[in-house]
Amino acid sequence: MLEINNLHANVGDKPILKGLTLSLGAGEIHAIMGPNGAGKSTLGYVLSGRPGYEVTEGSVTFNGQDLLALEPHERAAAGLFLGFQYPVEIPGVSNVQFLREALNAQRKVRGEAPLSGAEFLKVAREQAGALGMDMDMLKRPVNVGFSGGEKKRNEMVQMGIIDPALAILDETDSGLDIDALRTVGDGINRIMRRPDKAVLLITHYQRLLDYVKPDFVHVLDGGRITRTGGAELALELERDGYKELAA
Amino acid sequence: MSDDIDIKDKAAWDAAEKVADYEHGWSSDIETDFAPKGLNEDTVRFISAKKNEPEWMLQWRLKAFAMWKTMEAPDWAKLNVPPIDYQDAYYYAAPKAKPKLNSLDEVDPEILRVYEKLGIPIAEQKLLAGVEGGEDGGLPQRRVAVDAVFDSVSVATTFRAELERAGVIFRSISEAIKEYPDLVRKYLGKIVPMRDNYFATLNCAVFSDGTFVYIPEGVRCPMELSTYFRINAENTGQFERTLIIADKGSYVSYLEGCTAPMRDENQLHAAVVELVTLDDAEIKYSTVQNWYPGDAEGKGGIYNFVTKRALCQGRNSKVSWTQVETGSAVTWKYPSCVLNGENSVGEFYSVAVTNNYQQADTGTKMIHNGKGSRSTIVSKGISAGHSNNTYRGLVRVAPNAEGVRNFTQCDSLLLGSLSGAHTVPYIEVRNPSAQIEHEATTSKISDDQMFYAMQRGLNAEEAVALIVNGFAKEVLQQLPMEFAVEAQKLLGISLEGSVG
Repeated sequence: MLEINNLHANVGDKPILKGLTLSLGAGEIHAIMGPNGAGKSTLGYVLSGRPGYEVTEGSVTFNGQDLLALEPHERAAAGLFLGFQYPVEIPGVSNVQFLREALNAQRKVRGEAPLSGAEFLKVAREQAGALGMDMDMLKRPVNVGFSGGEKKRNEMVQMGIIDPALAILDETDSGLDIDALRTVGDGINRIMRRPDKAVLLITHYQRLLDYVKPDFVHVLDGGRITRTGGAELALELERDGYKELAA
Repeated sequence: MSDDIDIKDKAAWDAAEKVADYEHGWSSDIETDFAPKGLNEDTVRFISAKKNEPEWMLQWRLKAFAMWKTMEAPDWAKLNVPPIDYQDAYYYAAPKAKPKLNSLDEVDPEILRVYEKLGIPIAEQKLLAGVEGGEDGGLPQRRVAVDAVFDSVSVATTFRAELERAGVIFRSISEAIKEYPDLVRKYLGKIVPMRDNYFATLNCAVFSDGTFVYIPEGVRCPMELSTYFRINAENTGQFERTLIIADKGSYVSYLEGCTAPMRDENQLHAAVVELVTLDDAEIKYSTVQNWYPGDAEGKGGIYNFVTKRALCQGRNSKVSWTQVETGSAVTWKYPSCVLNGENSVGEFYSVAVTNNYQQADTGTKMIHNGKGSRSTIVSKGISAGHSNNTYRGLVRVAPNAEGVRNFTQCDSLLLGSLSGAHTVPYIEVRNPSAQIEHEATTSKISDDQMFYAMQRGLNAEEAVALIVNGFAKEVLQQLPMEFAVEAQKLLGISLEGSVG
C-alpha cells in the first residue's frame, strides 16, 4: 500500500530523514519507535505534505500513486490521515462544520456526491458514541478548550468519520490516562484493523502497543530505519532502551 | 432648456451605447436614461424634475447643493483616495422602464436576469438549500419583501399589499416623498443633518432613490424587508437615501445588499441611511456590501462613502447594525447610534474584509445621551494582500447620562505579511458612573491551522474561508439566515488568491 524508498528530507536546511526505506502492506499495523529527534514526526509531516518539509531524494508511492506529487488535501482525499501529536484549535468553527466540510471536500476530489447534513450527523454520532464523546463536544469549536486527552480522542473521532485507508498516528498515546488509552486503542483497532487498511503508529512507548498489537516494529534513529522486528522488539526496547540497541 | 438637454443627452446616449458594448463584468444591456454628465444646479433640478418632486424637495436639494459647494472632502480617515472629479460622472441613470411598476412581472426581464445571476432572492418563494442544521429538519419557509434599486431608480417593491394590510409602508423614497410628505419631512435630514459631512451633503442634493419604511405603533413587521442596490451604468454615481421609522413598540428587520459590475474606472457611491426608533421600538439593520472592489492591481472599484445613523429616540428602543463589508475599493462608513432614549440599546456587529489593494476605514459611533443606555460593538477586520483595514470607533457618554455601559471588542486577522490592520478607538466619558470595556486582538492565520485543515481534505482557499468564517462567527450569526449563508460564501470569494 505504502512504499517509501530511500527517503531524504530537510526541515529548513537541516537534513532529518536520511535514506528511509519502509513498506506497508494492506492489513498491516506498523509501529515506529525511536529516540527524540530521530525524525519520527518529520516522517509523518513529510508523508502528509506539510509545507516546509522538503523531500530531497527518494520516492513514496501510495496505492501505486506518486504521493509526493500530491497537495496535502489531495493526499487526504487519496486516503491518508495524519493523527496530530498536537491537534490544532480552530476558534469559531465547530467540529461538525469542520469535519463535514473536510469530508465533503475529499468526496468532491474523489468524484463522490456530498453527504447531506443528516447523513453526516448520523456518521458523526456513531463515531463519537463509539469513542465515548458526546455530541455537545462535536458541536464545540475544533479543539478549543479541550484537554490534552480530549484532543487525542477527537483525533480518533475524526479518523472514524473520515475513514481513511492509511492512518499515520503521531504519538496519539501521549497525554492519555489509562482509560483513555484503552478507548483510543480500541478505536484504532475498530476503525483501522481491516484487510484493506494500514496504520503507521509513531510512539515512544510500548503501552499503546498493549492495545494495538503491531505486525511490525521499526526503530527510527538518525533519519533511517535501523532495525525491524515483530511486536517483541517493542518489549525489548522498553527493557533495554535505544542506547543499548545502538551499541 | 430642452435644446440644451438634447445636446447633452447625445453624450449620454454615447455613454449608454458604450455600456451596452462593455465586454467584462456583468453590465447588462438595459436601456438607460441618463442625466447630463457633470454636477451643477441644473443636474439637481434635472433629478428633481425626473422624479416629479414637490417644490419643497427641490428647494431642500438646492440648499444642500449650495452648502456642498462650500465644503471640503474629509481627509482624517486612513485612506488614500485620489481626488474625485465630480464633473466627470453621471448623477442619474435610470433604466428606461415604465414609470411605475406594480409587480415583478412588469420589470424588464433583463434586470431580473441580472438579479438572478447575482443569486438574489427576488423571487418571493426562493428558499435556500443546503443550509447547515439538517439535524433539525428543513428551514421554515421565510419570505422577504424586496425593493430593488437599479442604478438610480427603484424598479420593484414586492409584497406591498400584504405589508399594507399590516400598516407597514415600504416604498421607494421617491414615492414616499409624494405620498407621505409629512412623514418624510418630519424625519428627512433630522438624524443625519444636511451639513453633517461632505458626502452626506452631496447626497442631499443629488440622491436619486432609496427606500422608505414606516412601521406603525405596536406592529411587528410580518416579514423581512430588503433592498438590493446595484450600480450598472458606467461612470455613474449612486446616491441612495434610506429612511426607516419604527413607531412605538414596533419591530422591523431590514436587509441591504449591494453589488456592482467590474469597471476599470472608479465609481462613486455615497448613500445616507437614517433610522429612528421611538419608545420600545427596534430596528435590526443588516448589510452585505459587495460592491466591485477593483482588480488584483487595484484598478477600478467602487468608492463607498456612506453615512448611516440611527436615532434611538424612545426609551427602551434598540437599533442593531450588522454589516459584512467585502467589496468596494474604498470603504468609509460608520453606522452609528445616537442613544437619546432612557435604557436604549445600540449594537454594531461588523466584518470587514479587504484584499489586494482595497482600503476600509470603518467602525461606529455610540453616542450615549440617555440614562442607562447600553451599547455593544463587535468588529472583526480581515486584511489580505496589500490592503489596509482600519476600525475607527467612538464611544461618547454625555454628562447627564447615568449608568451607561459599553462593551467593545475589536479583532483583526492578518493574512500574509503585506496587509495592515489598524484600530483607532476614541472613548469620551463625561459621566463617572459609566462602565466602558474595550478589548482588542490582532492575529494571523497560523501555518498549523492551515495545515491541519488541509490534512483533513480542504484546499488552501477552502481552509482560509473556513478559518475566516470561524473568526467572524460572532458577527455572521447576527445575520438573518439567508444573508448568513450568502455572507459566508462571500468571505471565501473575497479572499480568493490571498493564499499560496
